[in-house]
Amino acid sequence: MTRYIIKRLMQGIPLLIVISVVLFALMMSMGDPVATMGGRRVTRAADYERLKRQLGLDKPIYTQYLYWLVGNSWTRIDLDKDGVAETPGTRLGILRGDFGTSLVNRKPVMQVIGERIPNTLILMLTGELIVILGALLVGVYSALRQYSLLDHVVTALSFIGYSMPIFFIALLLMTVFAVLFKRWGLPYLPTVGMFDPQVGKTFGQVVYHMVLPVISMSVVSLASYSRYIRSTMLDVLNQDYIRTARSKGLPRRSVIFVHALKNASLPIATIVGLDLPFLLGGAVVTERIFAWPGMGRLFLDHVSRADTPVVMGILMLVAVAVIVFQIITDVVYAWLDPRIRYD
Amino acid sequence: MESTTSQIASLSPDDLETPPLNLSQLAWQRFRRHRPAIIGLVVLTLLVLYALAGSLFFSEKYANFNDTSLRLQAPSAEHPFGTDSIGRDVLARTIYGGQISLLIGLTAVVVETFLGILVGALAGYYGGLVDSILMRITEAMLNIPEIFLLIVMAKYFGGKIPELDVFGRTFSGSVVVIVLIIGVTSWMYLARIVRAQFLSLKENEFVLAARATGTRNIEIIFRHILPNSVAPIVVSATLGVANAILAEAYISFLGLGVQPPTATWGNMLDGANNYLESAPWLWFFPGLLILLTVLSINFLGDGLRDALDPRGRTV
Repeated sequence: MTRYIIKRLMQGIPLLIVISVVLFALMMSMGDPVATMGGRRVTRAADYERLKRQLGLDKPIYTQYLYWLVGNSWTRIDLDKDGVAETPGTRLGILRGDFGTSLVNRKPVMQVIGERIPNTLILMLTGELIVILGALLVGVYSALRQYSLLDHVVTALSFIGYSMPIFFIALLLMTVFAVLFKRWGLPYLPTVGMFDPQVGKTFGQVVYHMVLPVISMSVVSLASYSRYIRSTMLDVLNQDYIRTARSKGLPRRSVIFVHALKNASLPIATIVGLDLPFLLGGAVVTERIFAWPGMGRLFLDHVSRADTPVVMGILMLVAVAVIVFQIITDVVYAWLDPRIRYD
Repeated sequence: MESTTSQIASLSPDDLETPPLNLSQLAWQRFRRHRPAIIGLVVLTLLVLYALAGSLFFSEKYANFNDTSLRLQAPSAEHPFGTDSIGRDVLARTIYGGQISLLIGLTAVVVETFLGILVGALAGYYGGLVDSILMRITEAMLNIPEIFLLIVMAKYFGGKIPELDVFGRTFSGSVVVIVLIIGVTSWMYLARIVRAQFLSLKENEFVLAARATGTRNIEIIFRHILPNSVAPIVVSATLGVANAILAEAYISFLGLGVQPPTATWGNMLDGANNYLESAPWLWFFPGLLILLTVLSINFLGDGLRDALDPRGRTV
C-alpha cells in the first residue's frame, strides 16, 4: 500500500507541472495588472516601467514562471535598469512554500487566501453535510419504497433539482424569503454578505446569513446524491446476503441500516471523497450572488485584475487538494472494502 | 382445445411469427415507453419553436432597441415580460437570446464531441505512451473545476474577436469564443467513455479481421470501431447540450460570456440581482427558460440512454 501511495504521488507531479505551465501561460496575457493596480492609474511612463521592473513583469514569460516556481533568491536582479544585476532576489518560489505577493494589494498570497478559506469552508462543509444527511434519508427511503408515490415524486423532484441552475434557485429563494417576506411584514432572511456590519461577526449572524446560500447550493447536489444512493441501495437490497439476513430473522431495522446501508455507502464514500476538494474552490456563482467573501469571489475579483500570484495560488491549491483526495479516497476505499487490492 | 390446434395448424409459419424488430425499432419502442423523455421532447420542440417562430413577430432590431424612458417596466400588454434596465423588451430578448443560447449549446457540443472522440479513440486504440500522455492531459483538465477554467479562458480570449456578420445578422464575436471555450473545457468525460469503449471493442474478432486484411489504423478507428460505440456517445452528447447551455448561462451571468447587445438567456441575467426588489421579471423569464430547456434535455437524454445504451446507466 505504501508503494501504491508513493507511486500515485509521483504521478501527480508531472500533472501539476502541466497544469501550472498551461494556466500560467493563460494568465500572462490576461491584461495588464499594473494598469489597474491599487485602483490607481499609473500615468507616467517612467513610473510604469519602474513598477513593472519591481514586480518582475518585464521578464520573459519563462523567467517569470521559473521565479514563480523556484523563486529568485539564488540570483540577482537588475532593479535600476543599468544593465548590472545588483539586487539579490527575495522570492522563494511556490516549491519552497512561497506563493508570492498579490499584485493588487501587495499582501502575501498565503495571507490573502488564508483569510478566505475559513469563510468558504464554513459555507461548503455545512452544505455538504446537509446534502449527505438529506440524500441518505431521501435515497434510502425511496429505495425501500421503490415505485411508491413518494418515490416517483422524489425522482421527479431530483430531476428538476439536478437541472436547476444555481442562480435560478438562488434568485427565487431571495425573492421569496427576503423580498416578499419583507413586504408581507414577516421575519425575512438576509441576502448579502456574511454578517451585518452593525452587529458584528457573531456566530448567530453568520448562521443567519448562511441559510439562503447553503440551501441554494444544496439543491443541485442533493438531487444527484439521492439518486445515486437510491440506485446503490437498490443494488444492495437485491443481494443474496440481504435475503440471508432477512431469512435468519434479523430485525428489519438492522438489516437495512447495518447490512444494507453499510455496503451501499461504499460507492457514496468515493463520490464524497472526490467532491470534497472541489469545495475548497468555493461556489463561484453562489458566492457572487450572495456577496459571500469566500474563495470563489476572491478568484473572480483577482482574475479580473490579472493578479497572477493569487489566481495561480488558488488554482494550484485546488489541484493539489484534488490529487491528494483522490489518493485518500482510493486508500479509504480499499480499507473499507477488503476485496480491493492495489498491487 | 381441438379447434384451437386446428386453427393454428391452418396458419402458415409466417403468419405465426411477428417479424423480429430491428435494432432501431427496438430502441424506439424502449424510448416511447419512457414517458418523461417524450414530455422532454415535446417541451424542447416547443422551446425551439418559441425561439424560431418568435422572430417572425419581433425583429432583432426591436429586441436590441432601448428606450431608457421605458426602463424596468412591469409586464403589461405591450411588454408581456416587462422591460429591462435600459428599456429593452424582455420578451423579444428571450426569443433572440434563446436562439443564441440553443445555438451555443448545440455547437459547443459539436466541438466537445469532436475533441472527446479524437482523444478517447486515439488513447484507447493505440494504448501505451499515447494513452498515458492523453490521459494525463485529461486528468489535468479534470483537476481544475470547470467554472474556473471557463473564467480563465473567457478572460483570456474575451474581447479579441470582432463582430461577425452571418446571414445578414450581426453577432457579437464572443459567441464563437464561448462556443470554443465550452467545448474545450468539457470533452474530458466523453473522452473517458470513448476510451473505455475502444479498450474493449478493439479486442473483438472483427478488429483482428480488419487488421489481418491490412486495413489502415485510421479506417479501423473510424469505420469499424467508432460506429459500434455510437450509443454512449449520442447519450453523452445529448446531456452535453444541457451542460453547455448551463455553462453559457453561468459564464454570461458572471458578465464574462456573450457581450450585449447580442442577447442570450445567460447574459440577460447579468445584473438582474441588483433589481431583485423592483424588477423580478428580469431574471424570472430567462431563468425559467434555461431551467425548462435543461430539464427537458436531461429527460430526453435519460430516455435515450434507456433506449440505446441500457447498460450504460450509472445513476
